[in-house]
Amino acid sequence: MYKKNNTLLIYSIIYFAFLYIPVMLLPIFSFNDAIHMVFPLKGFTFKWYDQMIHSSRLHKALMNSIKVGLVASIFSTFIALLAAKAFTRYKVKFHQLSYGAILLPFVIPEIIIAVALIVLWTGMGLQLGLIPVTIAHILFCTPFCLLILISRMEGFDKNLEEAAMDLGENAWGTFWRVTFPLVLPAVIASLLLSFVISFDEFILAFFLSSSDQTLPMYMWGQMRFPKKLPHVLALGAVIIVVTSLIVIISYWLRNIGNPSSKKNNIGGI
Amino acid sequence: MGDKEFIKISNVSKNFDEVTAVDNVSVNIAKGEFFSLLGPSGCGKTTLLRILAGFEYPSKGFVSIDNSDVTDIPANLRPTNMVFQNYAIFPHINVKRNIEFGLRKEKISSEEMNQRVNDALKMVKLEGYENRFSNQLSGGQRQRIALARALVKRPKVLLLDEPLGALDKKLREEMQIELRNLQRSVGITFVFVTHDQEEAMTMSDRVAVMNQGKILQVSPPKELYDFPENLFVGDFIGDINLLESQISSINGKKVKVLINALGEYELDSHTVITQNDNVVTGIRPKSISISSNETNQSDIQVKGKITNTSFYGNLTYVYVSVEGIEKPLMLSTAESLQGLSVNSDCYLTISLKDIRIIKKN
Repeated sequence: MYKKNNTLLIYSIIYFAFLYIPVMLLPIFSFNDAIHMVFPLKGFTFKWYDQMIHSSRLHKALMNSIKVGLVASIFSTFIALLAAKAFTRYKVKFHQLSYGAILLPFVIPEIIIAVALIVLWTGMGLQLGLIPVTIAHILFCTPFCLLILISRMEGFDKNLEEAAMDLGENAWGTFWRVTFPLVLPAVIASLLLSFVISFDEFILAFFLSSSDQTLPMYMWGQMRFPKKLPHVLALGAVIIVVTSLIVIISYWLRNIGNPSSKKNNIGGI
Repeated sequence: MGDKEFIKISNVSKNFDEVTAVDNVSVNIAKGEFFSLLGPSGCGKTTLLRILAGFEYPSKGFVSIDNSDVTDIPANLRPTNMVFQNYAIFPHINVKRNIEFGLRKEKISSEEMNQRVNDALKMVKLEGYENRFSNQLSGGQRQRIALARALVKRPKVLLLDEPLGALDKKLREEMQIELRNLQRSVGITFVFVTHDQEEAMTMSDRVAVMNQGKILQVSPPKELYDFPENLFVGDFIGDINLLESQISSINGKKVKVLINALGEYELDSHTVITQNDNVVTGIRPKSISISSNETNQSDIQVKGKITNTSFYGNLTYVYVSVEGIEKPLMLSTAESLQGLSVNSDCYLTISLKDIRIIKKN
């Protein structure tokens, strides 16, 4: 038997503290009855939340972000799903090259994409706004979605698709009755991740949105006025809670949809 | 048996880039036959099966099933169903929905669908398993579900790709018998791929032995064992003693052969042999008998020395070195060795009718 190694435990505690203590300051100060973020805490208050709920500019920014996030996550997941199917199931011409081309936005600095898009968009005489932001987010999210979906597509047995064909299904039916249900956990993960990426993306939105602010731009704008800071903290606290809930729900959904995670695993593969 | 050309494979070849997986294969399979494709891994047997299923299209040649050309018909429109090597049970739906999967495409009432699913489950003796998922089934149960899922479609041909390979020995032997009985009762043509010669021999009506993309011999199991037509088949099916030989003269079916260390004998040939063929002669271990002293009842008698014996329950294998023959001869006997043991001198007797002339290629 090994002796319990306390060093690793201490390391883990420091690690998690480093990660989460700064984040935890947000909810704490969002209930603090003072404008400045300094200890000691004054009194307990809901007024920042009240201010947050009644800010119409915040509502508009939030709705903008949700709209962009929904459209961007659905489109980038859909594009990535088709690409993942092609890369894992068919002989694609210039396989490495096209794969690399799709993943490229990963490594190109965001600001370069932003500048390129603003030049292109205004050059074509089009108006800046949420539409170019959404397109930029689709471009930016697709590589993440592709990586998630490709690993799942590679992971499952290709015989299952052949079995469906053998039992009389055509390519379309096989995709919807076998492939899609089996990659569904990855599709959900891809939707959630791309939504979150789009939701907190700042640079592309900053360049391309013109007067239609998204939530990160709104928050950034409020930072300039000390009096407005606390209700941004309240907003931050709400976002932390909602994001955690989404992650927990998606994890729970994945377990439900996947019988192999059940405990009564008899033969097991 | 009826139609002798129920499945007709004509001059089929399949190339993958530079590799020829199936090389100009022609074979007919009769209706209701249990037909096996037997060969070592990489011999092209699975590719040929996948060509029958419609997962691969032949580079050359054509395939017809029940008098209609299916060469260019995709898998989903063929009257064939397949049992996959790893069973390929859909993990996201339960057993009932797995079996129904292929019926959903057929326009039948829900009562008929339920009836057929129940019949299929009954046939594979898994009633009551409707709501299980793949990961709640054992290997043997999955195998039966895969069978039920394929047979519920009432295919003209059932294709089986090494379906027993993943099972342990005892279960495999049980399933061999069950599968054979099932095939007899449903009367569907089975094409069965295996690398296990014993499995092919015990189950099949006929076996096609494949090597390097070619079919070398198509025969009923007993004939395959008793009359191998070439060296690969003789060596692949069971044990055999092979002796270097040369043809001296041919007179119709009578062939005079000079057998290394044994002498010149006139034998009956069972395949077409010409003067230029390179041949060996083969003797099965069960056709050699052993005794401690000379007898004069048999055609050939040679003296040898026992080098080794191994005991297999009902049979004993004896290895005897004979002067002039490089490898010790192997023989099997069900009787006791009566005082003979390793290093004893002994006499081997062989009857001429048990010696086969086998072509080297």
